[in-house]
Amino acid sequence: MTDPALQFSRVVKSYGSGEAEVRALDGVDLEVAQGEFVAVMGPSGCGKSTLLHLAGGLEDPTAGAVFAHGRDLSTLDAAGRAALRRNDVGIVFQRLNLVASLTAIENVALPLELGGMRAREARPLAVAALEAVGLRQQLDRYPDHFSGGQQQRIAIARAIVGGRSILLADEPTGALDSRTADEVVELLAGLPAASGTTVVLVTHEPRFASWADRVVFMRDGAVVDQTRSTPASPPAAPDPEMVN
Amino acid sequence: MTVREGLLALLNEGPRHGYQLKTEFETATGGVWPLNVGQVYTTLDRLERDGMVRVTEGAALPGQKVYEITHQGAQELGAWWEAVPADEPPPRDELMLKVLMAIEHSQEHGLNVVTRQRTELLGLLQRKRRERAAQGDAGGLAARLVTEALMARAEADLRWLDRCEAELVQQRPTGTRDEGEKR
Ligand SMILES: Nc1ncnc2c1ncn2[C@@H]1O[C@H](COP(=O)(O)OP(=O)(O)O)[C@@H](O)[C@H]1O
Ligand SMILES: [Mg+2]
Repeated sequence: MTDPALQFSRVVKSYGSGEAEVRALDGVDLEVAQGEFVAVMGPSGCGKSTLLHLAGGLEDPTAGAVFAHGRDLSTLDAAGRAALRRNDVGIVFQRLNLVASLTAIENVALPLELGGMRAREARPLAVAALEAVGLRQQLDRYPDHFSGGQQQRIAIARAIVGGRSILLADEPTGALDSRTADEVVELLAGLPAASGTTVVLVTHEPRFASWADRVVFMRDGAVVDQTRSTPASPPAAPDPEMVN
Repeated sequence: MTVREGLLALLNEGPRHGYQLKTEFETATGGVWPLNVGQVYTTLDRLERDGMVRVTEGAALPGQKVYEITHQGAQELGAWWEAVPADEPPPRDELMLKVLMAIEHSQEHGLNVVTRQRTELLGLLQRKRRERAAQGDAGGLAARLVTEALMARAEADLRWLDRCEAELVQQRPTGTRDEGEKR
C-alpha cells in the first residue's frame, strides 16, 4: 500500500491564546490519495486556507499531525521544509503573485534556482511546466504582458515545476472572469491524469468543485461531510463500455 | 408546457401524422418526456374538436390521418410563446420546504439537513459533469441542454444552501460551536 499523498490526523490549529484564542482547525481528519483531485468547500473563516498552509508546511499544527507521503511534517527542520516546498508541494494562491521583474520562464524556474539548480538546467524544466499548462509562446515576456488567466497558468506551472507531486490551490480562480476560471479549473482537473499530481483545490464555486474526484465540506474548523470519491478518469479503463 | 402546446409547436412546422408527432416530441424534449401514441391521439382529438388542427387529405398510407394546424391553432401557439412562466405564487419547492421545516425544529437540525442535501447535490453535479464530458457532442443539442439545465439548477440550489449555512452559523449563539453536530 502506498502512503496517502496527504494525511491530517486530529489536527488542531489555534491562533492567539486565552480569551483571544481562535481555533482555525478543530480536529481535522482527512486523507488525500496520490493522484486524487479533492475540492474543499465551506463558509468563509471555516479553516480552508489554514488547512492548505499546514499541508504545505508553512505552519505547524497546535496538536495532531500532518503527513505528506507518510512523512510527519513537524519532524522536518527548516532545510527539510524548504526542500518539501521545492520538491514535493506547490501552492497557488488567489491573487496573481508572480514576480513582476522576471519573465514567465524565470518565474517558473525560480523555485528550482532557489534550490540550487543552475539556470541552464532549470530553463528546460520551466519550459516543460509551462507547456503542461498550455503556454508555449512568448515565454520570455514579463507577467503584465499576459492575461489574468495566463498569469494564473504561469503560477500553476511554477507550483508543479520539477515534478512536484502535490498541488495546493487556494481559490485560484477568485481573480478571474468565469470563462477563464473554468479553463483554469479544467487544467487543474487534468493534472492527475497527465502527471499523477495530487490536487487540493479550495473553492466557493460548486461548478468548480464538481470537477473533483471528491468534495470535502468544512465548517468551524472541521470536516462535516464529503462526497464519495469517484475518480473522473480511472487510470485503467480500457473499454468505455465496461465503465458503466 | 402541455402536450397540447408541444404538438401545436410541431404542427406549426408542417402537417404530420400521429406517430411522427410522438417521436418528434420526444426528440425535441431531449428524451425527458416519453409519450404513448394514445396520449398523442387523445390530444389531437381535443385540438380538432377545439378547431386548432384539422385532418388533411393526402395521407401517405390508407387509414393514416395527417393533421395540420389551423389559423386559430397558430394564434394559440403564438400566445403560448409570448407567455412567461410565472413563479407567483411561489412554487412549493421540495428542497426549500425541507430546509425551512428543519430550521423550524432547530438550527442544528437545519444545519444537518443543509449539509446532507448539499453533499448529495454536489454528487449529482459531479455525475452530470461526467455525463456531459462522456456525451461530448453526441446525443444532440436537446440532450446536452437538458444536462445543462439540470446542472444550472443544482448549482443554484447549492448556492442557496450555502446562504442557508452562512445565515445559520451566524445566528447561532456563541459558545455552541463545539456542542453542535460534530461527532
Ligand atoms: N494568522 C492568523 N492569526 C489569527 N487568526 C487567524 C490567522 N489565520 C487565520 N485565522 C483565523 O482562523 C480562522 C480560519 O481562517 P482561514 O483558514 O483563513 O479560513 P478560510 O480560508 O476558510 O476562509 C478564521 O477565524 C481566521 O480569522
Ligand atoms: Mg481562505
